[in-house]
Amino acid sequence: MSEADNPSDLAPIKRPFRWHILVFLAPAFLVYTAIMILPLIETLRLSLYNLVDGQTVFVGLTNFITLFSDPRLSASFWNALGNNLIFFVIHMLVQNPVGIALAAMLSVSKLRFATFYRTAIFVPTLLSFVIVGFIWKLILSPIWGIAPGMMDWVGLKWAFAPWLGKSESALITVSLISVWQYVGIPMMLIYAALLNIPDEVLEAAECDGITGWSQFWKIKLPLILPSIGIISILTFVGNFNAFDLIYTVQGALAGPDGSTDILGTLLYRTFFGFQNQMGDRSMGATIATVMFLIILAGVSLYLFVIQRRMRRYQF
Amino acid sequence: MATARTSYLRTGLIHLALISYTLIALFPVFLTLVNSFKTRNAIFREPMAIPTPSTFSLVGYETVLKQGDFIGYFQNSLIVTVVSIALVLLFGAMAAFALSEYRFRGNLLMGLYLALGIMIPIRLGTVAILQGVVAAGLVNTLTALVLVYTAQGLPLAIFILSEFMRTVSDDLKNAGRIDGLSEYAIFFRLVLPLVRPAMATVAVFTMIPIWNDLWFPLILAPGEATKTVTLGAQMFIGQFVTNWNAVLSALSLAILPVLVLYVIFSRQLIRGITSGAVK
Repeated sequence: MSEADNPSDLAPIKRPFRWHILVFLAPAFLVYTAIMILPLIETLRLSLYNLVDGQTVFVGLTNFITLFSDPRLSASFWNALGNNLIFFVIHMLVQNPVGIALAAMLSVSKLRFATFYRTAIFVPTLLSFVIVGFIWKLILSPIWGIAPGMMDWVGLKWAFAPWLGKSESALITVSLISVWQYVGIPMMLIYAALLNIPDEVLEAAECDGITGWSQFWKIKLPLILPSIGIISILTFVGNFNAFDLIYTVQGALAGPDGSTDILGTLLYRTFFGFQNQMGDRSMGATIATVMFLIILAGVSLYLFVIQRRMRRYQF
Repeated sequence: MATARTSYLRTGLIHLALISYTLIALFPVFLTLVNSFKTRNAIFREPMAIPTPSTFSLVGYETVLKQGDFIGYFQNSLIVTVVSIALVLLFGAMAAFALSEYRFRGNLLMGLYLALGIMIPIRLGTVAILQGVVAAGLVNTLTALVLVYTAQGLPLAIFILSEFMRTVSDDLKNAGRIDGLSEYAIFFRLVLPLVRPAMATVAVFTMIPIWNDLWFPLILAPGEATKTVTLGAQMFIGQFVTNWNAVLSALSLAILPVLVLYVIFSRQLIRGITSGAVK
C-alpha cells in the first residue's frame, strides 16, 4: 500500500466520482455519528442549559458553578471524585502489577499447561458485573460464612469483618473485586507484548549472562513499556466510567453512607433521581460533561506527553 | 547440575503461583455452580461440598423458571447481541475496507474521527441518547439497544479490521479488477473471506460488553418484555434476596452461556489478543 506505487497519484487524472467509497463508509459513519457523536455533543450542550419556569434556557456556566458550590451537590461530587481516584489508584497498584506478573510467568518458554492457566484466569473478565457482584457479596457475607470459614482454616478468623458493610473498608473491597474481574486484560496485553520480543534479543542477553530476574527488569520491562502505557490509559478510561459493579454490589446509593460513590453512580442518581431525590437532566448532563473532560484530559496527557516520550524499539 | 536444579525450582514456583491464582479466579464461579444444585440446608451447612444424592436439589432452578421469564430474557439478549454483532461486522468491515483500500481526501481525518469512540465511552452521551430514543418512540424496544450497541462496537471493529485489511495482498485485488469484478464484488468475494479470522476476533470482543451490559438495558429498555438476561438476573436477585437456591440458580443460568461460548471461542479470542505474536 505504499503511496508512490500508484502511477495515477503522480499525474492526477480526473476520475469519475467514486461512489463505492461513499457506500462503504456511509452506514458506519451515519450510525456512529447519529448515536454516538451527536448525543455526546448534545450532552455537552445541555450542560449549559437549565429549566427556568418550565422553559429550557441558556444559563452559561451556572450549572457548573452550582455543581461546585452548592453545599450538598458539591459535597457528593468531591466525595465521588475522591473515591474514583482511590478506585483508580488501587487498580494501578494491584491489577496492573499482578497482570504483568502473571503474563511474565506465562511467557516463560516451554511452560506446561500455560494455555490452561491463561484460559482459566481470563474467565472472570467475561462474566457480567451482576454475576461478579452477587457472587462476591455472597462470599463476603457473614451469613453464609464462606469468607470467615476460609480465614478460620488459616487461623485468621479474628481478622474477618463485614468489609462491604463498613464505610472504611467498602471502597477498597469493591475495588479489589473489580481488580479480580479485570486482571485478565493487562495479563493478555502484556503477554502478547512479551511474545513479540524477538528470541535474538533474549539470546543476546543470555550470552551476556543476563538471565532470570535481571533479564525481566533490564531487557523485557523496557520493551513492554508501551503496552504498560496502553493498559494504564485503558484502566483510567474504564475506571472513570465505571458504574455497574458498584450498582450491583452496593446499590444506586453506593453505600454505606456514600463511601463507594463514584462518578458513574453519581451521574445515574443525579440524572434519574433515586428515592426522594428528583431526576435532573441538566445536572446529569453537567456531571457527564465533567466526566468527559476528566477522561479527555487523561487521554490527551497519555497521547501527547507520555506516549511521545516513550522510547519504542523496532525489530 | 546446579543450574538444572535452580531451573526446576523456578518452574515449580511458577506453577505454584499460577495454580494459586487460577484457584482464586475460578473459586467463586465453582462455588456458585456447585451450590445451585444443593438443598437449602446443604448450602449453609457445607458450602464447599460437592452435591451428593442426599443434598442434590433443583428447587432453585424450578423457582427461577417459574417466577422469572428467563427464557424470554435469554431470547432478548440473544437477539440484541446477534443483531448488533452482525451490524458491527458488516458496517465495520465496509468502513475498514474503504479506509484501508482507497486513497481519498479526508481519509486520515475520517479514520481519526471513527477512532475517537475507542477512547470516549458512549455512556457519557446517555442523557441525549435517552432523549433521542424517547423522541423516536423507541423506549422499551430492542431496536434502541441494537442501535446503541452497534454504535458502541463500531470504532474498535473498524480499527482492528482496517489493520488486518492492509495485509490483504494488492495483487489479488488488482487481479480481480482486471477480471472485471466490481469494487463491491472485490470486497464481498475476495477480501471478506480472507479476513474471517479477524472478524471472529472482533465478534468476540464486541459480544462480551453487549451481553454483560447493565447500564443501557436499565435506562433504555427496563420493561418486562425487553429485559435482557443481565437486567433480568439483577431484578430477580433483588426480589429473591433471601431465597438462596433461587439466587444461585439464576446466577448459574447467567454464567453458563458465557462459559460455553468462551470454551468454544477461547482459541480465537486469545489468538486475536496476541495477534501477530503467534510463533
